[in-house]
Amino acid sequence: MKYIYLDHSATTPINKEVLKAMRPYLGENFGNPSSLHYFGQKARKGVEDAREKIANFLNCKNDEVFFTSGATESNNLAIFGLIKKIRKQNKDRKLHIITSVIEHPAVLEVFDQLKKEGIEVSYLPVTKNGLVLEDDLKKAIKSETLLVSIMYVNNEVGTIQPIAEIGKLLEEINKKRTPEEKIYFHTDAVQAANYCDCKVSYLGVDMLSFSGHKIYGPKGVGALYVKKGTPISAIVYGGHQEQSLRSGTENVAGIVGMAKAIEMIGKKDNLKIRKLRDEVAKKLLAKIPDAIYNGDREKRIPSNANFCFKNVEGESILLMLDMEGIAISTGSACSSGSLKPSHVLLAMGVPQEVSHGSVRITLGKENTKEEIQKLIKALPPIIKKLREMSPIK
Amino acid sequence: MVQALYTKKVMEHFKKPHNQGVIKDATIVGESGNPLCGDVMKLYIKIDKKKIKGKETEYIKDIKFETLGCAAAIATSSMITDLVKGKPIDEADNVTKANIADSLGGLPPIKLHCSVLAVEALHKALKEYKTKK
Ligand SMILES: Cc1ncc(COP(=O)(O)O)c(C=O)c1O
Ligand code: FES
Repeated sequence: MKYIYLDHSATTPINKEVLKAMRPYLGENFGNPSSLHYFGQKARKGVEDAREKIANFLNCKNDEVFFTSGATESNNLAIFGLIKKIRKQNKDRKLHIITSVIEHPAVLEVFDQLKKEGIEVSYLPVTKNGLVLEDDLKKAIKSETLLVSIMYVNNEVGTIQPIAEIGKLLEEINKKRTPEEKIYFHTDAVQAANYCDCKVSYLGVDMLSFSGHKIYGPKGVGALYVKKGTPISAIVYGGHQEQSLRSGTENVAGIVGMAKAIEMIGKKDNLKIRKLRDEVAKKLLAKIPDAIYNGDREKRIPSNANFCFKNVEGESILLMLDMEGIAISTGSACSSGSLKPSHVLLAMGVPQEVSHGSVRITLGKENTKEEIQKLIKALPPIIKKLREMSPIK
Repeated sequence: MVQALYTKKVMEHFKKPHNQGVIKDATIVGESGNPLCGDVMKLYIKIDKKKIKGKETEYIKDIKFETLGCAAAIATSSMITDLVKGKPIDEADNVTKANIADSLGGLPPIKLHCSVLAVEALHKALKEYKTKK
């Protein structure tokens, strides 16, 4: 059977060019970039060229890019690192931090942890379309506010948050505050990198996280942009790599691959992906009764379609499609081991019983019209079959 | 979390569930649900009498299920109908969630509660039948 992959927000296949760029660093260029000899310098060059490419993409300085093991680590470093540094400077300072209710667990659970440690946390709500409102942020800001962390694009419903607008708002507010009172702004841009403008000057962010494996690059590698002058402490200790902010021998091949992937991000794919996605949404909504399209119709990345089908359960849909060779997801990949309904859909006001019937279809560069037609053909009978099985009609 | 996969047996029952549907003239109907995962199950049971070892015995002549739920919920529904169909009701009443999980070759820990759904629906129905009598 030929399998069809429609789960690109979980991860993406490695691009051939990316793999080609990585190969030498898994072979002859195996050196440790911290070594001074020939082998080390070859590896160092790979890492530094990669840093430059990423800095170009973000429109920042090379030494503002820090390599990590992925976005989870980038988010942890950004948030814990800032708090740690500020506490070192003044351990009695009262702190308040703000995030949104729809963040990925790699941000939400960091905030939950800090809350347990006694820091005041505000969680911004979202509209029924899954968007954070600037006004809600304005209302949440206090004199003690130190950090705002809002994701650029939501991983479940694909909504694009008003990051540049929030950046401007915070810039205005910060003008009226002393440097000690500055509110720092972090964004998790993992799901945005393929489709949205990630120039940090445009966004007005102090820190930005992203990950290699969502952009047709390798897994286990990511980066954190940290604007010069942002107070931040390391959260792991060791050999002082990455300006001592992130110790540990660099994942050279991964870093090179991620940079190549960034270089290859193409606007021309977006149009094609959007067309296919719109076709999926239109046809499925027409063919399947009691279907709800979740998220905003305009402010969403071109790859994402998220539905709730009433009186069916997401996992059953996923497994039945899988048996037909089509890979999709319920809510998000990491929540498939959990019984709890999607925190994102609940925050958007989707009733709990409806949220159980949610599926996420995320397209990628290589998907074809034929593949999409197969999905459009396969899904309606599956929903029908599962509904026939259900005691609730 | 280490996410265990479903056994072959679970997938077989999920793919082709046994005894799925409704019995219009069911003697009793048992229903159960789990508010956390939102899953709901309904068992339709037809009870009749026949001579077993020379004794008039009430037994489950027919049983069908309707389930809204995950693959484990559907597979356990299917399995419980297999386990109790044709059995005297006292024997059916003794079926436990462990019996179902075992017959399916085990369930991932997080999915053990799905088998609770099935035994609950069965026990509720049989209890109601006995008190009604
Ligand atoms: C929005 C978001 N943030 C963070 C992550 C975690 O990224 P990583 O797998 O690189 O740790 C993901 C991916 O699962 C994501 O979608
Ligand atoms: S997840 Fe609740 S019955 Fe299976």
